[in-house]
Amino acid sequence: MIKTLAKSIREYKLPTIITLIFIMGEVLMEAYIPFITADLVNNIKALSMSENPSVQPIIKTGLYLVLMAAISLACGIIAALACAKASAGFAKNLRHDMFAKIQSYSFANIDKFSSTSLVTRLTTDITNVQMSYMMIIRTAVRSPMLFLFSIIMAYKMGGALATTFVVVVPILIFGLILIARKAMPAFRRVFKKYDNLNESIEENVRGMRVVKGFSREDYEKQKFGIAADEIKKDFTKAERIVAFNSPLMQFCMYFNMIFVLLVGSMLIIKSGGTTLDVGQISATITYGIQILMSLMMLSMIYVMITMSIESMKRICEVLKEEPTLVNCENPVYDVKDGTIEFKNVGFKYFENAKSYALSGVNLKIESGMTVGIIGGTGSSKSTLVQLIPRLYDVTDGAVLVGGVDVRNYDIKTLRDSVAMVLQKNQLFSGTIKDNIRWGNENADDEEIIRVCKLAQADEFIDTFPDGYDTYIEQGGSNVSGGQKQRLCIARALLKNPKILILDDSTSAVDTKTDALIRKGFKEYIPETTKIIIAQRIASVEEADMIIVMNNGKIEAAGKHDELIKNCEIYKEIYEQQTNGGDSDEK
Amino acid sequence: MKSNSNAMPRGVSAGKTVNFSVLKRVVKMLYGYYPKLLPITVCCILFAAITATLPAIFQQQVISVIEDWYESRDWVSAKEAIIPKMILLGGFYLISLIATILQTQIMAVMTQGFLDNMRKTMFNGMQDLPIKYFDTHKHGDIMSYYTNDIDALRQLISQAMPALLQAFIVIVGVFSIMLWYSLWMTLVVLAGVLIMLIVSKKLAGGSSKYFIRQQMSIGKAEGFVQEFMSGQKVVKVFNHEQKAQEDFDAVNNTLYEDSNRAHSYANCLGPINMNLGNILYVVIAAVGGLFLLSDMSNISISGLAFDISIVVPFLNMTRQFSGNINQVSQQINSIVMGLAGAERIFALMDEAPESDDGYVTLVNVEESENGELKETENRTGIWAWKHPHHDGTVTYTKVQGDVRLFDVDFGYTDDKIVLHNIDVYAEPGQKVAFVGATGAGKTTITNLINRFYDIADGKIRYDGININKIKKSDLRRSLGIVLQDTNLFTGTVMENIRYGRLDASDEECIEAARLAGADDFITRLPLGYETPLSNNGSNLSQGQRQLIAIARAAVADPPVMILDEATSSIDTRTEAIVQKGMDRLMQGRTVFVIAHRLSTVKNSDVIMVLDKGRIIERGSHESLIEQKGKYYQLYTGAFELE
Repeated sequence: MIKTLAKSIREYKLPTIITLIFIMGEVLMEAYIPFITADLVNNIKALSMSENPSVQPIIKTGLYLVLMAAISLACGIIAALACAKASAGFAKNLRHDMFAKIQSYSFANIDKFSSTSLVTRLTTDITNVQMSYMMIIRTAVRSPMLFLFSIIMAYKMGGALATTFVVVVPILIFGLILIARKAMPAFRRVFKKYDNLNESIEENVRGMRVVKGFSREDYEKQKFGIAADEIKKDFTKAERIVAFNSPLMQFCMYFNMIFVLLVGSMLIIKSGGTTLDVGQISATITYGIQILMSLMMLSMIYVMITMSIESMKRICEVLKEEPTLVNCENPVYDVKDGTIEFKNVGFKYFENAKSYALSGVNLKIESGMTVGIIGGTGSSKSTLVQLIPRLYDVTDGAVLVGGVDVRNYDIKTLRDSVAMVLQKNQLFSGTIKDNIRWGNENADDEEIIRVCKLAQADEFIDTFPDGYDTYIEQGGSNVSGGQKQRLCIARALLKNPKILILDDSTSAVDTKTDALIRKGFKEYIPETTKIIIAQRIASVEEADMIIVMNNGKIEAAGKHDELIKNCEIYKEIYEQQTNGGDSDEK
Repeated sequence: MKSNSNAMPRGVSAGKTVNFSVLKRVVKMLYGYYPKLLPITVCCILFAAITATLPAIFQQQVISVIEDWYESRDWVSAKEAIIPKMILLGGFYLISLIATILQTQIMAVMTQGFLDNMRKTMFNGMQDLPIKYFDTHKHGDIMSYYTNDIDALRQLISQAMPALLQAFIVIVGVFSIMLWYSLWMTLVVLAGVLIMLIVSKKLAGGSSKYFIRQQMSIGKAEGFVQEFMSGQKVVKVFNHEQKAQEDFDAVNNTLYEDSNRAHSYANCLGPINMNLGNILYVVIAAVGGLFLLSDMSNISISGLAFDISIVVPFLNMTRQFSGNINQVSQQINSIVMGLAGAERIFALMDEAPESDDGYVTLVNVEESENGELKETENRTGIWAWKHPHHDGTVTYTKVQGDVRLFDVDFGYTDDKIVLHNIDVYAEPGQKVAFVGATGAGKTTITNLINRFYDIADGKIRYDGININKIKKSDLRRSLGIVLQDTNLFTGTVMENIRYGRLDASDEECIEAARLAGADDFITRLPLGYETPLSNNGSNLSQGQRQLIAIARAAVADPPVMILDEATSSIDTRTEAIVQKGMDRLMQGRTVFVIAHRLSTVKNSDVIMVLDKGRIIERGSHESLIEQKGKYYQLYTGAFELE
């Protein structure tokens, strides 16, 4: 896991190393400074005792101390800046790598992750890792070093006084470990519940019309109250364990203080100041605080890391996911024409799925044909067409486009020739022009207007005050469903594809406009193979071939007139749609 | 309806300093919830802070004992002076330890309790807000009140406020002790501290500025990512990966810049203050030495003369002083962010709730043979409007589902009327359909009937009663709605259906599912009715979700139903299959239907064709066809063209 993540450090290795080095410098100074301050104290003390006192030694030591402080400051600032850069940069690279990885995903990969979970992984999780990384590089060197130096210095300065640490340090370490080990599982449990609580809030925000429509406000309040109380209870429990950190630390400091004062004064008085002096006492106290602080910091990193481990895991999952579709060796870079052939195709969404989503599909579509596909929900209409631009790979058999197995094409080439308007479509925030240009980045205005006219979108775009420069809000919330579908069709047309697939893409468009769109296709893009999935018979009626899907199989294929005679399902749908209301009236 | 005009950037209070009125409100609420615990905690913090200043005094005293005895090397006599002092110090420490344990434990309880209360107050307040609030605020922003802002508040209460209070007390305490010893030296320390404060303020100011910016660019990145993650399949289909990556990298780089700056400032604060503290230490040492030499007369509260036993503790106090200043400055970010969060949370809490002046309520009644209605607690299946009058009498009107709109005008804002002169008369048991383009105002009309929005002009009567007089919750209970966007809740399929009527038995729920034509697929789910749904039922198809939503409305058994594109995602074949159940479901109820598909509305008693907020045609399917107007065009559009 660490290895996968560490790959994203890259150019921020240098700032990371700089951080580590300069923090070492800072720690050296920090450990050294109490040593000098002890000198300073002794110098001052000497003032009152010597015969002809002078401030000179004080000034001299003082200047020395100022020099140390200056070095420490310089090191500190360099480390601080490098550290900010390293961690922010690491986070940036992680985000970049994750996003890039997701771009390489196939549909099958995308299906695995929900989009909301990907958003969390790309934002909150990475921020968590960034903070941990910062903490780690700042303290990973600092605390152990500070601990080591302080122990050494304390012994050097305090001598026998330093025995206090033999007592205090194990107590603190033991206590901290105990607290962390008790608190961590408790926190992990709460966090899960907390996520659930937030999810249920989100549900309420989203479904407020349902809540209010059924007058369920009080019910929701009650439900929320219970869930919130439970979380409060668990959170409080966990936090109360962690709350012992601070008294534990205090106890150690207090013990240290009393021990040093008591034993220190004894040693000084007994030896008449020969083995120990006053300055050493205050130095030992200072070092003591540093030792305890460094341990405290270590325990904090431990907590930070354990808390961000879940985030790291989630990031790794994305980074380690291998795209299921890759280019073959020596791919074909040219799609000859728009013929499509399904040879004995079988397909499952998951390897271990029990049933096939498609099975025994044999089909041949000539270039330039208009093909309609019709069938009930779950009859695998979308699945069938998604195999053509190789959004998924077949499980059995083969799909051929222009006479070549789709797996032998360069994926980009194939998808440039096969334009698909997805059922669950989406516009992106940006102007209408920006959105249409997804089909072809270099298209000029004329071309854009041409495809919009073909998709019957030009008319309504012109009614917008900003015309083609109208800004589409996120998710296309400021255009109607039918308008959105027409823009999506225009976007696909801009590719000048050899094959155009409309997956239920005119469901929100009125029948008249729908017919106009089809008429335009016939007139202006006759060579393009057009595949239209629809719910309305009217949308496919005049197609060269209509495919009726049922339970993942082709039930029948043929022209409208043939199907009306031979295909029960088709007949049923047709009758329902043309004179469905009649039964009630008669 | 879908206005995003309120898209105010988060972190509006950028650049503003600490908002004291918000702080005051937080403290006041805390006190309101914990009138006993809060003062106890404050006392504990106070005590702990005072003990923190003690070592300096004891150290000074011990040193003076050492001074007295070390030449004689008489530990036995010195012991008598030192031991009691140590015991006293130990005693103080013990109490301080207890105080700390008490304070940290109480703090944990108080913080979580406070947050819990905040969450509940927010949530309960939110439930009572009018639909308009949710139409004009981004859902992501509302969510972040519960996540980011609550987190910021937790930081503020559990860490920043106690730390601040403690630091403040230590500073005051140490300051007094300093004055006790020497005025001159105190002044020197003060000068040093002043410099530290100025530097801190500058750095912390820069840091919070960039932190808020960072917060904003995180928001931007989140928006971008959200859009692309949900549209990833479109990206694939259009070979748009590289462009998407480039655009993302631009957003990502800005975030990096802001994050880097914010943390640079924050990280520098520590070393700078610490070393300023070191330098101050040296200055104090030098000044102290000079004073010792110069035999200057000391000014102090204690009247102590200047000597070594003053200078040494003074040095330690200097350290403590600067350490605490450092601590305060480290907390500035938490305070700024916490208060900004609190401000937003309070804004949500202060939103005016949906007003409800209704006094006509929905009750169960028994009908006696002579047609008289008698209120009862039992569920009789017969409902009545209970209408109390000014003179104290109460009348009961049987609920029949007669809904009439008279000359209704409506606008989401006062200056823009979107519905004009709407007249609709729906008699009990009738099926009324609305047809028209998106944005013509179909859904808006139904939003007026259940009072998600209030009309600007005209009248709406339900069984002859002005709907403004009916208690909103009762009005809505008498209207079953199935909406265009189905929203299911986390829970089992059964629980989701039962949402329509909480006391419905399993059998009743299953019966409702049968009616809606949902039973068939539900029983084929791995766990049947006990299949858990999450994430808005993402494991079901849109059509299946709609069927559950219909079952949910069916179990409520309301006299009036509103079906807003309720079957839009169910293909016509399945629709034909569920049609029988739907017909049974609609039987005996007044039903408002909105649908794109004309086959769904064809058999309505009356069809209203809407255009730009006006009803332009009305009548039965046949009469509209005969009229050869807009409806005729719509209906025949597909065939006409050939």
